[in-house]
Amino acid sequence: MNVGIVCPYTWEVPGGVQAHIRDLAEALIDDGHKVSVIAPAADDAELPAYVTSAGRAVPVPYNGSVARLAFGFLSANRVRKWIREGGFDVLHVHEPAVPSLGVLACWVARGPIVATFHASYARSRAMSVAAPMLQSALEKITGRIAVSDAARKTLVEHLGGDAVLIPNGVTVRRYAEGEPLPGWGPDGGVIGFLGRMDEPRKGLAVLLEAFALLAPERPGLRLLIAGPGDPDEVLDRVPKPYRDRVGLLGMVSEADKVRAYHSVDVFCAPNLGGESFGIVLTEAMSAGAPILASDIPAFRRVLGEGQAGALFTTGDPAALAREAARLLDDPGRRAKLSDEARQAVWKYDWSTVARDVLRVYETVTHASAGVVEDSLP
Amino acid sequence: MTTTVILVAAVVVVLFAVYVSWRAGRLDRLHIRLETAQAALDAALLRRAAVCLELAGSRILDPATSLVLAAAAHEARTAGPDEREHAESDLSRTLRAVVDQERFREKLAEHPAGTALLEELDTAVAKVVYSRRFYNNAAGVTRTAQRRWLARTLRLAGHTDPPRFFDIDDEPPESLATG
Repeated sequence: MNVGIVCPYTWEVPGGVQAHIRDLAEALIDDGHKVSVIAPAADDAELPAYVTSAGRAVPVPYNGSVARLAFGFLSANRVRKWIREGGFDVLHVHEPAVPSLGVLACWVARGPIVATFHASYARSRAMSVAAPMLQSALEKITGRIAVSDAARKTLVEHLGGDAVLIPNGVTVRRYAEGEPLPGWGPDGGVIGFLGRMDEPRKGLAVLLEAFALLAPERPGLRLLIAGPGDPDEVLDRVPKPYRDRVGLLGMVSEADKVRAYHSVDVFCAPNLGGESFGIVLTEAMSAGAPILASDIPAFRRVLGEGQAGALFTTGDPAALAREAARLLDDPGRRAKLSDEARQAVWKYDWSTVARDVLRVYETVTHASAGVVEDSLP
Repeated sequence: MTTTVILVAAVVVVLFAVYVSWRAGRLDRLHIRLETAQAALDAALLRRAAVCLELAGSRILDPATSLVLAAAAHEARTAGPDEREHAESDLSRTLRAVVDQERFREKLAEHPAGTALLEELDTAVAKVVYSRRFYNNAAGVTRTAQRRWLARTLRLAGHTDPPRFFDIDDEPPESLATG
């Protein structure tokens, strides 16, 4: 199948949507399909062979933060040309409600269009204002995919209608093997965390409080923290005597991230919510790390209601400490959770996800002549 | 004075006509999308029934299971428009009962043709879920558009009845569910 994928965000800037599109495109190419991606990119960016640049994106305030978006006549023309020359069987647009290439592609194309919705938020003024204006572009979409229940709920609330759920994928084999980081576990006492240290929703504060509860009784307990943020601010929240038991790696490379997952006895995901999927969790599962996660709906689902990882009450440091202690004292249970996680995560491997997406393509292209340029508007 | 009034009136009439034709065009596009989605749903349902019949006739399953499955698939395939939703829901329930038997997957995998059939069944079941969602979305949008006063007053939709939602139980068997 000849697939055209539209990425709304700058290709070379790391982000969840970009990573999703890269992995999907590569899984489809591996499966023998022809894939072309169009994305905003800097003039000097090095792009994979399957990516076409739509020009530079411009930083503009949108929906409460500054987003780099591509819009305007130049971008629209490049998308139009790409569609005209691509001869696609199906067009796959990501985040079509974001004012960037996605909505432009819906505007200039006609034929089978699939859209994937990634973001989730409670209420968005931008979305409420934009919904009627996006209407005619969004009405062209024949098949809608949401990557999580939260994203699906957002979609239903803001735009109406429904979507099929196809969660994000993880490239399991990329994480399966790894050498532990020097000086770290697993030695029976290492708890790991990965994520932005300064973003409250990631819940690091809850873990630090739990650590302060556990540290006095457990001299072997250590904390391994990886992710961008200010290290001093983190250490300030740890009682002085235990500060040397906290390891702060800062921002880590992809390779060190894999090693970090293999350096812990318990991997903790204390997120408070807002997580649409929990890609970090599936990475840790691929590495076979025993997991302790907050019981937000997304995590419950990924962990099979506790089958493939222990859960604790969201935002409750005492509950986290209690569960962590139980896990650290029970190597048998850790081994079992690790095995279960490695099994359960296959459901989220990109090969499985790409197969499901392909089924959506086949559904919408039933008896269709492919994607063509729309002479309107 | 009168010329101005006539001119203004003419402009209003032209603008109104442009607006009406734009709305009519939109309704037309929605109807095309609805028809495409309906054809896809129909194909997906027929495909599912066909795979079920093939599985039932493959001699891999025990005769009782084969019979149950074949009967449900046959009912779904031959049901009239009024009974179709019932028959398709029954097929979904039967499929769950059949596929969620203990060791069903392992049993099928032992057979040379089993794995391929299971894969086909998996795909067919997923496509029913997908195509029904997409169809119901299209039906919802079309209904809303048809109900607008302009569309009603000017009968932009012609004499077509509002599209019906296709309400069935299409929950896949647990061991097939992928998402």
